[in-house]
Amino acid sequence: MDHTLQQRIFYGALALLVLVGLGAGLAAGGGAGLAFALFAAMTIGGSLMCIWERSVVRSAFCLMATFTGVAGLFILLESDFIAMAQILIYVGGILVLILFGVMLTPPDLTERQLPRVFAGLILVGAGVAWVAVKVAATARWAVPDEMQPTAESNAREIGVGFLRADGYVVPFELAAVVLTVALVGAVYIARRKRADLEPQGGES
Amino acid sequence: MGLGAYVAVSAALFGLGIVCILVRRNVLYVLMGIEMILNAANINFVAFNRFGANELDGRMFAIFTIILAAAEAAVALAIVLNVFHLFNSVKPSEADLLRE
Amino acid sequence: MAFFELNSGTSYGLLLAVPLIPLFGYALQIAFRKRLPYGDKILTAGMFAVMCITVFMAMRMILAEAPVFLESRAKGYVFNWLYSVLPDAATVENMGVGILYDPLGAAMLAVVGIVSFCVHLFSIGYMHGDKRYNIFFANISLFTFAMLGLVLADSILFLFIFWELMGLMSYLLIGHFAHDDGNPYFHRWASWASKKAFMTTRVGDVCLLVGMLMFYQHFGTFQFTELWARAQEAVAANGGEFPAWMTVAGLFIFGGTVGKSAQFPLHIWLPDAMAGPTPVSAMIHAATMVAAGVFLLGRTFPLMSPEALTVITIIGTTTALFAATIGMTAYDLKAVLAWSTISQLGFMVAAVGLGGVVAGMFHMVTHAFFKACLFLSAGSVIHGCHHEQDMRRMGGLRRQMPVTFACMFICTLAIAGVPYFSGFYSKDAILLSGWAGILGDHFDGWKVYATVGLSVAATMTAFYMFRMVFITFFGTYRGEIAEGHGHGHDDHHDDHHHEEIVHAEDGGIAHGHPGPMPHESPLPMTAALVVLAFFGFFAGDFPFTDLRFWDIYHPQTWFESLASLDTLYPNVSSWLDGRFAHSQAIHDAAHSRAFYGSVFVIAPLGIFLGWLLYMRRKEWPAKITGGLGLIYHTVRDRYYVDEFVNAAVIKPTMACAGLLKLIDERIVDGLVLLVGRINKFLGFFSAAFDRIVVDGLVNFVGLASQTFGAVSRLLQTGRIQQYAAFAVAGGLLVAAWLILS
Repeated sequence: MDHTLQQRIFYGALALLVLVGLGAGLAAGGGAGLAFALFAAMTIGGSLMCIWERSVVRSAFCLMATFTGVAGLFILLESDFIAMAQILIYVGGILVLILFGVMLTPPDLTERQLPRVFAGLILVGAGVAWVAVKVAATARWAVPDEMQPTAESNAREIGVGFLRADGYVVPFELAAVVLTVALVGAVYIARRKRADLEPQGGES
Repeated sequence: MGLGAYVAVSAALFGLGIVCILVRRNVLYVLMGIEMILNAANINFVAFNRFGANELDGRMFAIFTIILAAAEAAVALAIVLNVFHLFNSVKPSEADLLRE
Repeated sequence: MAFFELNSGTSYGLLLAVPLIPLFGYALQIAFRKRLPYGDKILTAGMFAVMCITVFMAMRMILAEAPVFLESRAKGYVFNWLYSVLPDAATVENMGVGILYDPLGAAMLAVVGIVSFCVHLFSIGYMHGDKRYNIFFANISLFTFAMLGLVLADSILFLFIFWELMGLMSYLLIGHFAHDDGNPYFHRWASWASKKAFMTTRVGDVCLLVGMLMFYQHFGTFQFTELWARAQEAVAANGGEFPAWMTVAGLFIFGGTVGKSAQFPLHIWLPDAMAGPTPVSAMIHAATMVAAGVFLLGRTFPLMSPEALTVITIIGTTTALFAATIGMTAYDLKAVLAWSTISQLGFMVAAVGLGGVVAGMFHMVTHAFFKACLFLSAGSVIHGCHHEQDMRRMGGLRRQMPVTFACMFICTLAIAGVPYFSGFYSKDAILLSGWAGILGDHFDGWKVYATVGLSVAATMTAFYMFRMVFITFFGTYRGEIAEGHGHGHDDHHDDHHHEEIVHAEDGGIAHGHPGPMPHESPLPMTAALVVLAFFGFFAGDFPFTDLRFWDIYHPQTWFESLASLDTLYPNVSSWLDGRFAHSQAIHDAAHSRAFYGSVFVIAPLGIFLGWLLYMRRKEWPAKITGGLGLIYHTVRDRYYVDEFVNAAVIKPTMACAGLLKLIDERIVDGLVLLVGRINKFLGFFSAAFDRIVVDGLVNFVGLASQTFGAVSRLLQTGRIQQYAAFAVAGGLLVAAWLILS
């Protein structure tokens, strides 16, 4: 099938689904429902497009929609600090890293195989949907169905939580160590390859 | 919107992340799939946190997930570049030296 | 529960320092690599400290009026690592990191400390000039850490963690030379052997994990003392009989021993592991790591049902016998020692099975000393003979290498079981438990098999060890004494390299011979040998302090006065005493004529045969082997166990995988074609469905066979996405099970 036609069919179907979802959200929860449906559509639609697109660059940009949608969901959950962290780190950091990876490796437009994509979507989708339906039918969440009140300033709350003596000081320090080690390790791995190219070679 | 809606979005994103890891033949997609899965977990953490006891735990978990994701992305990218130089390919199916 | 305590509060600190010193040394060495000046000396000094502490603690234990059983949990000093998730054990903090220090642990710690120090010392000379010298020291330090941690662990969970760490270090160290084909010790099969060792022991490790989890499921704890107590309760609740699942779980745990301690039929990795550096063979594959399997049996002894003990005895005896026969035919110096190690481990395992757990642990201790000494002596010989390993090209070395010869001879006497040498006491304690079983209340055929089999194996031990000594150290030198010629298969012979070693170690003193004449090893190596030979002699008992010649079985050697069922398992001792009715039966056996006969016949007979065949009538061995023909070849080729495993496990799995692959390709491709013709768009789905489902199904079947065929590395596809697909399928299955059940 022609690629353009494929794209049209896919995006047409996607747009239809998104519209239906937005309508359902509006009907279910008014303005808040619409906002939720918008962000959920960004999240899920973005990842669907990411899987669908042939070119890695496009996929990476579609992933941006997913990350932003998730950030939006965090805002709806009144966790604005995490939402900002999400945008800063995922969109600003990780996505840029992935784009670097894209730029440093050759493009391959023949790599996507539609049968694989469809089969994966159907199989995994069926599995997850089945589990979800079963869980929804049987699970009794031990939590109330409305959001709890939160402090005025998320960032202050989390910052104090980090540094309080009975708080998260040790995990905080651990995270710092992990980040440092990962950075050093990444630099080391990326650097070694050049050492190997040298005629002398490094110590194995 | 209730807790169920967030959990549903999270489940869908998780499934799509798995699909992304499995179906594409480029190791960068594996990376993206992992990020999706981590994001799905994060939605759950924050949602249960906000609907539940509203202690800090859930959000702290989310922050640590983000931190670890950043570390993981950096290391993974370095590995991808190394794999590319070693095998001259970014297809995970070609990097199968493990079976030797 | 009668828990004793050491008087001093500093004991925990000292005990904690024991594993942390080598760990710190490892970190130091890894962090600075070659930039660390005197890295080897620093690590050796650290190991010296470890040795001093462990020996000091052991001496305190020996000299204490009552043996010490020290449990950090009893004092509340425990770091809680994980909390239980099982509902019926929800309040038990049973995944803590704690210390268990008892007579067995004390003896084993001292053994590891001494052997590890000697091996470090020896390696300074032996590994000199190696490209990856620093890595070698780092790895061997980390191994020491793991072994010390394993001995101190108070729960089977942490024992397992250190157990796996040891497996990893064993893997790395066997393959140490695999990266360096310019090295004179290089073996082409080193990397293959390391993988084989890792995979084969992995089969046992999985068994151990299963057994461990079975006990956890029923008893809700990983802690040894708790497990023993719960076992007693479970048996009492079952009317004095062991529940069937305990037999199964006990055998699974024994599976770990079979893998790690190279018992039949998983022994196949140990002879190949000799491709590693000789100090590694001495430390890991003779003295400590392979003994860890026996140590595990000692720790879990109260959990073993009588049926499990029967199986353990039979496997141990079979291993002892069969490895001894192979040892009689080997000509590679290290191979003889490897088979001897397997055989001796069989002795220990059989001893535990016979209920003589103290005897088995005693033999583990003495064996560690003399076998480490034998291996290091062999290393010294190999070093001196310029990387020659074949005994047939040695001979007469006692003149060139007097110190090595003396040490090796002492330890050969010890392993042969000559009275007053350490091996005599422990080996005869094992035979004694066999006789105690025969003469005890319950007469069983397998006990007779074990006792007779072990006696025969002990005779063979004396024979092949003296065969080795006679061929290597007596007669005349049979190697080529010429310049610049390699020997046979040893293509990487490198005299220049060797001379560098000599000059560096001897301070530039030239040897009298220009060609590769054998020579004595430099000082650090011989010093290590002497230390180990000292312990190889005295580790059994101190005979000259309390000499009673005709009462040759000295009923209270230091180890037996220290360790008994009462002191090893204080909280269940009355139960075990009831089960094994030990003391009376042993007493009877010790005074029976059969026992004295076996003591005095075994070692002299073996030594006499060795002397007859390899000193007096040197033409007889060829005649005998020629006469035996097929039998000889079967034994020499290791009973074709490797070939059998290859044919019965690896080949069928490979063939199965190949067949499935073929079916997969043909059918799937055919279907794709067919469906594609009918409908192109539908074809996409259909083909994909086939590919994913059929492929997945086929691969799933393949995975099932892979589990058993873990020996065959070739089955792993190495494709991460396939692995991920399995993981997802597994997750979905678990979810389905959780929801549906």
